[in-house]
Amino acid sequence: MPHLSRASFFTSRKHKPSSTKMATLTMSRPAVAGFSFENCRRNVILEGEVNNLGCSLPAARKTGTTICGVVFKDGVVLGADTRATEGMVVADKNCSKIHYISPNIYCCGAGTAADTEMTTQIISSNLELHSLSTGRLPRVATANRMLKQMLFRYQGYIGAALVLGGVDCNGPHLYSIYPHGSTDKLPYVTMGSGSLAAMAVFEDRYKPDLEEEEAKRLVRDAIAAGIFNDLGSGSNIDLTVITKGNVDYIRPHDEANKKGVRLNELEALQLTGDYKYKRGTTAVLSKCVTPLDLEVVEESIQTMDTS
Amino acid sequence: MLGEAEPQWLSEEVKTGTTIIAIEFNGGVVLGSDSRVSAGASVVNRVMNKLSPLHDKIYCALSGSAADAQTIAEMVNYQLDVHSMEIGEDPQVRSAATLVKNISYKYKEELSAHLIVAGWDRKDGGQVFATLNGLLTKQPFAVGGSGSSYVYGFVDAEYRKGMNKKECQQFVVNTLSLAMNRDGSSGGVAYLVTIDEHGTEEKVILGNDLPTFFDQ
Repeated sequence: MPHLSRASFFTSRKHKPSSTKMATLTMSRPAVAGFSFENCRRNVILEGEVNNLGCSLPAARKTGTTICGVVFKDGVVLGADTRATEGMVVADKNCSKIHYISPNIYCCGAGTAADTEMTTQIISSNLELHSLSTGRLPRVATANRMLKQMLFRYQGYIGAALVLGGVDCNGPHLYSIYPHGSTDKLPYVTMGSGSLAAMAVFEDRYKPDLEEEEAKRLVRDAIAAGIFNDLGSGSNIDLTVITKGNVDYIRPHDEANKKGVRLNELEALQLTGDYKYKRGTTAVLSKCVTPLDLEVVEESIQTMDTS
Repeated sequence: MLGEAEPQWLSEEVKTGTTIIAIEFNGGVVLGSDSRVSAGASVVNRVMNKLSPLHDKIYCALSGSAADAQTIAEMVNYQLDVHSMEIGEDPQVRSAATLVKNISYKYKEELSAHLIVAGWDRKDGGQVFATLNGLLTKQPFAVGGSGSSYVYGFVDAEYRKGMNKKECQQFVVNTLSLAMNRDGSSGGVAYLVTIDEHGTEEKVILGNDLPTFFDQ
């Protein structure tokens, strides 16, 4: 059988006229789905360079947190503290950690603040479209599936630990969702750095079929345990009570850490903890008013086509 | 502020450090599991049912990473639903085990979960399949999870062929109790599922109702 020798193939190429050039093709990269981690590589290089100069890069803001939820007779109660920390400094003394998912479903978020915020907003948007498509009020199990499938897809890199609660046609439901994508359906859950303190309160005092006031007290006490015993949690306690057909978004439910009043020794006056000062606090030494003569040089109107 | 370490609970993967067991008897299978889910040193769920239904008469027992195991079980549940609609009858246990094996093998580098598949079908009766690391093997009984290491001796010594349903259930409960006592990552309550041609029976055995052995 004739053997197609490789040498002949190569020699034929050599005889190509040198003036023919292949046109340079510029191919744009097709759009890649999902997150692009290009900036992570850039950040690592930047960090090295910046550290050589003796400074450091800004840290991601985390909600070192206490969040919890409890199922009671007619619905669910969700609770959260309101401190957001950036390392060892409090970045926000009154941030809102209970996020809206749908009219009957709310979600508390612990972990990286941006991740919990964006994840809940994405799922809220998708759930609204889904609800319009089905023509029904969304179910908590649907929100749970959407959240866990998204978090699993990102293999734990989205640092969002969530407590999802709501009331749908099948009754009240409560789920805890971990950053890697596992979920637990339980009558009471806690998450965040203060979760152990809050869980201690729940394990002591939880009973099935609580009344609404009892459940609110229990959640308030659990969050308070987290606030006072965990450095990453603090400030006020927010509560959300979800029942069939009604949501009470109580923010704040309890100002557990109220800022005290300061005394001004010189004037023995009680100043409010307010940063607004009355007119006259700063003495005006002189006043000079210069009117500016402006004349209209040119005026043109451009109508916008809003058809 | 220097870049600080991420809080432990954010980065720690939630594991079902576990004891799971499945055993076949003449006419069906018995599956058993503990109920502890841990994230590092903390127990995040002390009552998790790790016996997950894949179909009416086919269950799987989860162990390893909670997220991976739950996701595999839910995916196979969906695939089995489609498959059983396509063939127009109840699926075989071997089919369910093959679907689990396919996922476990294809993604073996990325996943860290082991599922034991057991059930009853009309063709071959009760069957137990192990799918560790992507293999598929039919066995008279299978144990898995971190607690299984402590009870290999017990199950090897105590297993006899031809046990009836009650003896199998007692065997499973004894095994779980011994493992839960010795393994730090197993504990809570014991879940038992018995599948035979008449139906599926789920049972929970609370901590103080578990059998005790000489050192307790």
